[in-house]
Amino acid sequence: MHLRQLLAAALLVVSVSAPAFAKDARDSAKKHVEFGITVAQKGLWREAIYRWEQAAKIDPNYPAAFNNLAIAYEHEGQFEKARKAYERALELEPDNQLIRQNYELFKEINDRTNRRGSR
Amino acid sequence: MTARTAAAVASFALALTVSACNDVYEVPIETPIQPKMDVSPFQRVLIAGFLAGGSEDVDANLETVRLLRSQLRSKSQLKVIDADVLPLLELANEQRTDKGETSANGASPATPPPAGGPTPALNTTTQAPPKAKDVQQARIKDEKDLEPLEGIFANVDFWKKIGEEYQNPLIVTGSVLFTAHARSGFVQREQEVIDQLGRRRVVPVRTYMERKGFILQPKFIFIDGRTGTTIYSEGYKEEVLYSPQQTTPALSSYFELMDRLVPSFLSTLSTQKIKGSRVLMK
Repeated sequence: MHLRQLLAAALLVVSVSAPAFAKDARDSAKKHVEFGITVAQKGLWREAIYRWEQAAKIDPNYPAAFNNLAIAYEHEGQFEKARKAYERALELEPDNQLIRQNYELFKEINDRTNRRGSR
Repeated sequence: MTARTAAAVASFALALTVSACNDVYEVPIETPIQPKMDVSPFQRVLIAGFLAGGSEDVDANLETVRLLRSQLRSKSQLKVIDADVLPLLELANEQRTDKGETSANGASPATPPPAGGPTPALNTTTQAPPKAKDVQQARIKDEKDLEPLEGIFANVDFWKKIGEEYQNPLIVTGSVLFTAHARSGFVQREQEVIDQLGRRRVVPVRTYMERKGFILQPKFIFIDGRTGTTIYSEGYKEEVLYSPQQTTPALSSYFELMDRLVPSFLSTLSTQKIKGSRVLMK
């Protein structure tokens, strides 16, 4: 009985604190994402990649982190990584038209490159 | 809808969406497209010459060599070798003849002209008798005429020897067919009309027309000067047609058509960047 009460209490603590943890993770990840945007706008794409990779690690359910990461990978010519990041972003937020449009533009270039490779 | 149009529409829609949101940032990006082939083992490139045929108004061999050399000089990191243009048609014909002789009397195959020696270059005085050359060139009218001569591209010894003479560069060769052509059919054009109320309108009009123009069919072959083997090849076909009233010189048409192909040719050898924009999100 005592053990059961302990278990219930632990579950309660976890269920109450989980959203708080998630919020903390999102806040922390968002700081990285914002800094990444600032540096990307200055053309410092490698630093931006580092920031967005951190954001994606801290909060693996943050679509913006993956969208931005995909763009940066694309800019660096790392197409396979870009594709995976776009797909993850769309998996997290399938109805986001901005991510979808970014992905469509990426695919057009990627397809062209693949066509060349297969010639 | 072509992929390019779709991309333009998507880009426009993207711009509209971005302008309506605060947490998104449109950024310009340059996506690097890697060259179609690895040119890292080469520092130099030799645009050797082409099997050319078709219209007699344009020396497609000489013009193609000149154009590609000038493009590569300004848009590639490879050093362009300034050598005499190989009369490839003559050499290919010689090699064919020699092949026949080899089986008969064991004669050696045609060898490339020496680099510093008296090359029968097309931009200088050619050594071949004019009549013989005319006969050879007259034969090349279409792809079928070219086919039997294309064996020269597989002659590893020939290309290896050229490679040795120029210190193992990347060799660019191939064939260029530039032919006049005519096509008749319905053409849609826009015509301005004035209606009963005096308003100007543009209406599409379909007219039967016989148009004349040119077809350019180059095939670029990239050969490793160290081994004489083909590394990569790529063929193109471009066409231009003009209305009967237009009189466009053949050479202008040739350059018009080559202009369409040159970016793709350059992207074989060097990294190209595609400019675009994407939307970053917070």
